[in-house]
Amino acid sequence: MESLSNKKKQLTVKPLNFWERAYLPAIVHGLSITMSHFFKKPVTIAYPDEKREFSENFRGMHSLKRDENGKERCTACGLCALSCPAEAITMTAAERQKGEEHLYREEKYAAVYEINMLRCIFCGLCEEACPKEAIYLDGDIVPSDYLRKDFIYGKDKLVEAPLNQ
Amino acid sequence: MKVTIDGFPIEVEAGTTILNAARLIGGDIVPPAMCYYSKLEGSGGKCRTCLVQVTKGSDKDPRPMPKLIASCRTTVMDGMEVKNITSPEVIEARKGVVEMLLINHPLDCPVCDQAGECHLQDLGYEHGAAKTRYEFDRRTFERIDIGDKIQLHMTRCILCYRCVFVADQITDHRIHGILNRGDHSEISTYIQKAVDNDFSGNVIDVCPVGALTDRTFRFKNRVWFTKPVEAHRECENPKCCGKVTLWYKGEDVIRVTARKDEYGEAEEFICNTCRFDKKKTSDWVIEGPRKVSHKSVISSNHYDTLKPLPVVKQNLVLQEANKEQFERETRL
Repeated sequence: MESLSNKKKQLTVKPLNFWERAYLPAIVHGLSITMSHFFKKPVTIAYPDEKREFSENFRGMHSLKRDENGKERCTACGLCALSCPAEAITMTAAERQKGEEHLYREEKYAAVYEINMLRCIFCGLCEEACPKEAIYLDGDIVPSDYLRKDFIYGKDKLVEAPLNQ
Repeated sequence: MKVTIDGFPIEVEAGTTILNAARLIGGDIVPPAMCYYSKLEGSGGKCRTCLVQVTKGSDKDPRPMPKLIASCRTTVMDGMEVKNITSPEVIEARKGVVEMLLINHPLDCPVCDQAGECHLQDLGYEHGAAKTRYEFDRRTFERIDIGDKIQLHMTRCILCYRCVFVADQITDHRIHGILNRGDHSEISTYIQKAVDNDFSGNVIDVCPVGALTDRTFRFKNRVWFTKPVEAHRECENPKCCGKVTLWYKGEDVIRVTARKDEYGEAEEFICNTCRFDKKKTSDWVIEGPRKVSHKSVISSNHYDTLKPLPVVKQNLVLQEANKEQFERETRL
């Protein structure tokens, strides 16, 4: 039957000619290809030491943002956890006390905010759901680790460092 | 009396309001209501979200009414013809009303405990514009604790007066009301006097926005992460029906509210003992999970009982293979 894509190619096995049967020229030719790669720029990189530049829309590790005064933006509204298809996000809200106004922007804040990086599929829906522009997936690749519990990232790893430090 | 709403005719008794006639028909043609509450006498007529157009006054006087009218306060006439969603004028006016209601609203839904079951949120989502044109400072108030169980955020209030009617009609004596007039009016208790009546907690249920909230539930969890369950108990209070909705998070009851019907109105009022003090599963007789509309945010991201696909329905082998999945009661 005729193929629809017209990309099919019929292969035939021809008998080897003299030069091919001589064996050594083919070895020399092969080695020359190998040797030529010694002088070319390598296509791979030594990953943890070297890093490639990420594309602009790369989604890596999450970070919880602060506003221009260094206050945490997250108000623990739970929309990121609701939108999360992998159910990786969990949080506990708390009320801002008197004297904490410089730490949190709204009267409610996330006392505990955890993302399970093993569950996370880095789809970026939390970023889209956030009404306060508090969460962005602008970080690096999540580093590897030995224990499952170490992949549950709390606020200590997620919240951005304050600006004036 | 015969009245036609958006082309649907219905026979109602004399003295029925247009809104209630529309509710008898049901569906999309029911005008939204923020201040009207069928269980509270005298409520309605304040928020103007239920505006409708009367294209024919009655059989005797077929002239249309000159202006849009509030359907919750207007009684029907024989042969009246009403337009709600079929009238572009009404849709436009309602958009304006929503914008007006939101002028002084802080829009702090991410913080507010009412988010997810807030009528103003639904109304704004369905009828409002995406952006506000208001550029001035919104009015702000300090939040007030009314007793140790109820909290008042006056900034979120839309002055529907429902809570005032609850205090007037459900509780014995009223200590809170509206102070000042017009733009300056605010819900208040004189000298922040505690509302210590047995039925005062019902102001939380009737509040269409997050102005009156449960202090025991404050920032505990978001409504859509909790699981509503219908339950009842024998309440010692003769006026209390004891029929409630329990809102579970895991094994704990974190909130108790009255049961609400499809219009967000409490079916029967409950006492403060049921609402605030009975927060153990052992206090209640569980009736089963509450039916939540699939459009509600409360049911989102919960994986419901599996509905067999048409192909499975026709194939006995597939039916047998998926039997366990279809019989599963709990949500996956």
